Amino acid sequence: MIGIINYDAGNLTSVKRALDYLAIPGIVSSDPEELGSCERIIFPGVGNAASAMVALKKRGLDKALKGAFGRGVPILGICLGAQIILSRSEEGDTECVGIIEGECRKLIVSNRALKIPHMGWNEITIVRPHYILKDIVPKSQFYFVHSFFPQPRDGAMVYATCEYGGIFPCAIGRKNIFATQFHLEKSGSIGLAMLKNFSTWDGGPC
Amino acid sequence: MSKRLISCLDVRDGKLAKSVKFVNTRNIGDPVATARRYYEDGIDELVFYDITASSDNRGIMLDVVSKVASQVFIPFSVGGGLRTVEDCAKVLLAGAEKINVNTAAVSNPRLIADAAHAFGAQCVVLSMDVLAVNGAGGAPSGYEIVTHGGRTRTGLDAIEWAKKGEGLGAGELVVNSIDADGTREGYEINLTRAIADAVGIPVIASGGGGKPQHLVDVLTEGHADAALVASMLHYGEYTVRQIKEYLVQNGIRIRPCPTMQK
Repeated sequence: MIGIINYDAGNLTSVKRALDYLAIPGIVSSDPEELGSCERIIFPGVGNAASAMVALKKRGLDKALKGAFGRGVPILGICLGAQIILSRSEEGDTECVGIIEGECRKLIVSNRALKIPHMGWNEITIVRPHYILKDIVPKSQFYFVHSFFPQPRDGAMVYATCEYGGIFPCAIGRKNIFATQFHLEKSGSIGLAMLKNFSTWDGGPC
Repeated sequence: MSKRLISCLDVRDGKLAKSVKFVNTRNIGDPVATARRYYEDGIDELVFYDITASSDNRGIMLDVVSKVASQVFIPFSVGGGLRTVEDCAKVLLAGAEKINVNTAAVSNPRLIADAAHAFGAQCVVLSMDVLAVNGAGGAPSGYEIVTHGGRTRTGLDAIEWAKKGEGLGAGELVVNSIDADGTREGYEINLTRAIADAVGIPVIASGGGGKPQHLVDVLTEGHADAALVASMLHYGEYTVRQIKEYLVQNGIRIRPCPTMQK
């Protein structure tokens, strides 16, 4: 069973619908205990880092997430979920969950033709192999909607990058957590392939 | 960053329709099956406009949205008849990625701000129907916002309205030329460019697409970030793949179709 963390941060039903489509059992829950019994956890989210952290803490979900990480439970972060697993975020100067050391930073583009948020389909470059990224062919495109990006302190935790104004990390990971800035649940069949890979990932190195 | 190919599906009483100059409409199929086919062919995004006349039948649209969301895994927006934040919430909960406001935003611009506050700017698409107006007393830019499918003039200058919409929190604009809509003779390049150059949010060109070259024109000369197509696909004259192959041949960066990657 995959537990999808519900903390009122955007539309979480799309991740559940994607799991349903793939016939992968999943539940949407905001109960730390229920989530604690899941074999895998998806941490999605859209919105503001500061209000997301408030909502997480209120329900003890930040602790539940850290606890699951400590127990080796495979975790997949998506979008805001890829940002607030870092130590802090520039968005609202927010202290975050801190599973991956680093900072979530604002996208800055000097080219006026490039708009913020970075919204739409963009190519990713895989810089390090990972079980979840297997079968993803070079130059695959994924759907992005964001104004901030995750920057782990340790470059070895970056698995894929994307170019928009500059190059930024778009897939990061450490031990049993993996996270994407792009929305794999909105990225067509290749996104679904990644979700499927996650559902069989044991959390170990690839 | 890729340009986007978006298909627009007009839905009336749960059935797919394509309006021509917004007057006569005829049903041409099932929106869910059509959405799924375009998705599998590699469309980048979908827009559903609910043109159901009777408010009694609005619930049918939510059913369509939910069915689409359970089998189509790309972003899609839903518009038509959304007057309140609650209306928007229902559509998002049914599985839409974005909401699309038009007439209701003209009569109540706060709707844009309220929806952006509630769901985030990336969720709010402001659709604008624009008519070219000439002569004295018209909008300064020569383009005026019209509502109710083009029947009602508002006196609002299209460029000013676009900027205002952005300021209120719209995350994207659909610029629909009433003059070009249904003609299939090409998008209104000047209008699209004028608006795309005036705002810092993505602009989706709409109305007039009849052949792939029209998309090339509006995505280059028109400075659009995305192009909306309807009848080109709905009548089976082109496939998503044919359009995208043409765009790629003409140097437009776009997400390849699944079949093109092989």
